[in-house]
Amino acid sequence: MKQHGRAPQLRPRNLRKTVVRMFSYFKYNKLLFVGGLILIVLGSLARIGANGMLSPIIDSLVTEQSQALFVKNLVVMGLIVITISIAEYLGNLFMARLAQRTIHQIRTEMFSHVQKLPMSFFDRHSHGELMSTFTNDVDMLNQALEQNASQILISAVTFIGTFIMMLVISPALTAIVVLMLVFMFAATRYVGTRSAKYFRAQQAQLADMNGYIEEMMSGQKVVQVFNYEDRAINTFVDKNERLRQTSTNASTYGVMLMPIMGSLSFVLYGLVSMGGAYLAILGIVTIGNIAAFLQFTRTISRPITQVSNQLNTLFAAIAGAERIFNILDQEPEADQGEVRLVADCSGKNGLCWAVPTEDGIVYQPLKGHIQFEDVDFGYVPGQRVLKNISLWAKPGQKIAFVGSTGAGKTTITNLINRFYEIDKGKILFDGIDIRRINKHDLRSTMSIVLQDVYLFEGTVADNIRYGRLDATDEEVVEAAKLANAHYFIQHLPQGYDTVLTAGGENLSQGERQLLSIARAAVANPTVLILDEATSSVDTRTERLIGEGMDKLMEGRTTFVIAHRLSTVRDADAIMVIENGEIIERGSHEELMQQQGRYYALNTGLVELE
Amino acid sequence: MKELIPYMKKYRVYALLSPIMMILEVLTDVSVPYLMSRIVDIGIATQDINYVVKVGIVMIFVALAGMVFGILSSHFGARAGYGFASEIRLATFKKIQGFSFANLDKFTVSSLITRLTNDCNTIGQVAMMCLRMGIRAPSMMLLALLMALNINSSLTLVFAVSIPALVIITLVVLTKARPLFLEIQTRVDRINAVIKENLAGVGVVKSFNRQPHEEKRFKERNDGLRDTALKAISIIVFVMPLLNLIIYSTIIAVLWFGGKQVTAGTMGQGELISFITYITQIMISLMMISMFFMQLLRGVASKDRILEVWNTESEINNPLEPVTAIQDGSIEFDNVSFAYPGSSEKVLWDINLKIESGEIIGIIGSTGSAKSTLVQLIPRLYDVTEGAVRVGGVDVRDYDLKFLRDQVAFVLQKNTLFSGTIRDNMKWGNEEATDFEIITALKQAQAWEFVSKYEDGLDHWVEQGGSNFSGGQKQRLTIARALIKRPKVMILDDSTSAVDMTTDAKIQRTFREELRGITTIIIGQRISSIQYADRIIVLHEGQIESVGSHDQLLEISPIYRDIYESQQKGVAS
Repeated sequence: MKQHGRAPQLRPRNLRKTVVRMFSYFKYNKLLFVGGLILIVLGSLARIGANGMLSPIIDSLVTEQSQALFVKNLVVMGLIVITISIAEYLGNLFMARLAQRTIHQIRTEMFSHVQKLPMSFFDRHSHGELMSTFTNDVDMLNQALEQNASQILISAVTFIGTFIMMLVISPALTAIVVLMLVFMFAATRYVGTRSAKYFRAQQAQLADMNGYIEEMMSGQKVVQVFNYEDRAINTFVDKNERLRQTSTNASTYGVMLMPIMGSLSFVLYGLVSMGGAYLAILGIVTIGNIAAFLQFTRTISRPITQVSNQLNTLFAAIAGAERIFNILDQEPEADQGEVRLVADCSGKNGLCWAVPTEDGIVYQPLKGHIQFEDVDFGYVPGQRVLKNISLWAKPGQKIAFVGSTGAGKTTITNLINRFYEIDKGKILFDGIDIRRINKHDLRSTMSIVLQDVYLFEGTVADNIRYGRLDATDEEVVEAAKLANAHYFIQHLPQGYDTVLTAGGENLSQGERQLLSIARAAVANPTVLILDEATSSVDTRTERLIGEGMDKLMEGRTTFVIAHRLSTVRDADAIMVIENGEIIERGSHEELMQQQGRYYALNTGLVELE
Repeated sequence: MKELIPYMKKYRVYALLSPIMMILEVLTDVSVPYLMSRIVDIGIATQDINYVVKVGIVMIFVALAGMVFGILSSHFGARAGYGFASEIRLATFKKIQGFSFANLDKFTVSSLITRLTNDCNTIGQVAMMCLRMGIRAPSMMLLALLMALNINSSLTLVFAVSIPALVIITLVVLTKARPLFLEIQTRVDRINAVIKENLAGVGVVKSFNRQPHEEKRFKERNDGLRDTALKAISIIVFVMPLLNLIIYSTIIAVLWFGGKQVTAGTMGQGELISFITYITQIMISLMMISMFFMQLLRGVASKDRILEVWNTESEINNPLEPVTAIQDGSIEFDNVSFAYPGSSEKVLWDINLKIESGEIIGIIGSTGSAKSTLVQLIPRLYDVTEGAVRVGGVDVRDYDLKFLRDQVAFVLQKNTLFSGTIRDNMKWGNEEATDFEIITALKQAQAWEFVSKYEDGLDHWVEQGGSNFSGGQKQRLTIARALIKRPKVMILDDSTSAVDMTTDAKIQRTFREELRGITTIIIGQRISSIQYADRIIVLHEGQIESVGSHDQLLEISPIYRDIYESQQKGVAS
């Protein structure tokens, strides 16, 4: 969970570019966008109009004979009010719909794009970080589209419209307003910058606090075993106090603007009424004018507060949008493979490679011959993890990789299915460079059983069928039997229809392993990759898993990453990997005779004693 | 709420001052329109310019006073609210520090995290809101209503229609929208579940070519969320326009009835204008009150979750007269049975075992045989259900808890390191440990060989959870951390499972030779980890199946033999 411990970026790096790109999404919903804008502007203008109507209404009260005019004015006001309601309703509806549809589209794009990204992307970005973009950033953007954007628009229109109305009613009184507005802007700036500063400090402190809490709660049992409670509380008290102080400051400045602007608008009110009274006595303005003008003084200050509040959220949302676009801009997995797999043919499983050549398409049976030619690879440029790897696996052969953690065993298998691109050399599948093979087809010939079993939400059958979606129920059961999983599945509450929650938490480690073997079996792969690991599994289950794997391997080209040596003995070839290089290779007997590293591993106990 | 109120004590001055300031601010807010009506009706009507200026100046002063009150109220409110939140957070954290293992099992890690973060923050925000909005809205409504009554009591009859209308509409919309919002929340959770699955299982998705399938799954949920959100929106967008419609309708009604009174000369124009201002104030306060209640509900949920933590009592407590001296590292299980708290099913039965001080004991058995449970009784991580566990001849329940746990070092199976330097992590064992002691422990745990390779040595940074170390390195560091305690008893619960065989053997040898004085209990999956113990205990379904040396057990224990043979096929790192 890397997102804890540092505050998220609150300001966009490239505001203009991101906003323009955001706008480009509205082209799919032009009507909603344009209609929404027009309606919102209309609503705000009508609101100004309603306030403006106060002036003629009050004035028409002064003289007895204008009773008809009074009624007429009231009716006009009523119509304006209805306009406001309708425009506001439709405008909000349009904007909210626009927001929902846009967010829906962005979410879809993100998900399907992330699916296409290469493995190296997931190495560079933690799940927590990506999750936070998927949830928090999308959420913020949604709010910004739904509310902030239209509120800022409303504020702008209200401000400008009100100002124009003020000028129309009385330029002299407007001069007082302008003077006051200068004060208001200054106050907003002063409070706003401080508020933003403290807000950032608070976010950083909060991230620090949350990080500490997460770490301590995760290790709470260790805390207890080491009598670390008092020390933990001391650290917590410090962090808690710092958080309290920054939060208090952030909140004080965050909330302060409202009363300040409210009071300043009353000061303005007072000044305008004095000025207005003076002008009224001189006969320059009417009382109705003053009434309307005073209403305007209340409405002109509100947009200033609103905008300064909304801008921070809007900027944070745009910064989030920038992170979203950043993901969308990541280069997807390269796939220029023109060699396809075709059915109805003489190869394994009735499949053939269709290889386009200058003389037309040549068909070549699928066999499962894998060859590494002098392969170099590094996850990070300049840091070679694998050096000069050359190996051959004939169809149906079993190749085992042995070596200490971090020697590069898993990396080799990740290259076969092209999770990563090699830096140097060649990997050939039935003599064809795998870079020429369509990725989908390449991977459809392979299955992986990983040590870290990952199961998906759904039933047991769904999870086995994950290997091949069109597998029949019989095939699913057959695969489960092959994997020795049938017995325990039958004893689950609903058998094959038992729903697995949260990645199969309700199964034991061993049962999950058996399921993943069944999943690989149902795919009926030509090439099999087994990252076998059976730590923390009791002996009986360990044996079941071993048997399941043995059955699965029959007749398939298999690469085994060995953690125990039981499956290694009968391998056609054993590769001992150290520091990214194959240091020994051969059959079990050959390697034992060599008395090298493999021998040492196998007899390590004896030697030590 | 009353359980939480004592935590406001430290900040009670601010909790008191904030509402007072707020009420003063509201007073200025409602008096300004009144002053204005005087200007219009007396000053302008009688063309008394002095009166206008006089009242105008009063008005400006009142407004400026309002600003001061407002700023003070927001500052005091923030102090009280966040102070309160920090007190609650600290109290909760302290409470959790005193939790027993059983308590920790009941709450999960993630739920404790949300309680300490989100729930505490929410409570602080709600407290602040109570002090501000909760005071402002009702007092504003009341005072504005009083002013309106004072100006013209007959006109206030308009409220008899508009206030109920406003309340009813708000309630109807909220009750209609609430289930939809709850549904949105579940749908969001469902979408997040797919995203999480695909991020965590990206390798599986890719290798099985299941991207189209996953995209379809995502699309269904994404569409579902959009549709529910659109439904909720079509209700919620009604609210504001409708409320505005009511406010404006009220204004029109007041203009109509008030206008007649003005024409009749029974009401001043200025009074009518200020009356309209009061309408707005009253209506906005009402809206604020309904929002306030919605927020309050959020706070109640958080409060309940916090109280759940507070009301959980640890069943493991210090005795009245704790023993703080230990004779030796001998251990005795006397007729011990154990069932996890809240469960009636016993996981350990009739355990009788005497371990000499300095003995090395291995424990082996299949998963579910309660190996970890057995050893967790020694440092009182759990208390026995029946019988007694004695260390150095004294019942563990008679020791001072801290003292006992300092004497019994326990390397947990699910272990973790903490962010900080290696030195910081080692000092968990003993705050005063010198570099020499730390290096000695690292050497004994076979960790020095990789730590010494770092340029910054003991200052090498450890990421949260020790994520920048391999499993085997992490295990070796946690063993070293426990060794620094210089304990009488050392328990290793499957602590070398990720360590390679050669290194594991070296660690075992250190315990046999260098650390001979420490009573050592080793739980292992691998025979090789426990093979050379003085005695090995085979645990089977919560009972001791047999006890003996490696060679003896091969003779007498079928379970041990079975495990041994299955592992003899060959073992590597």
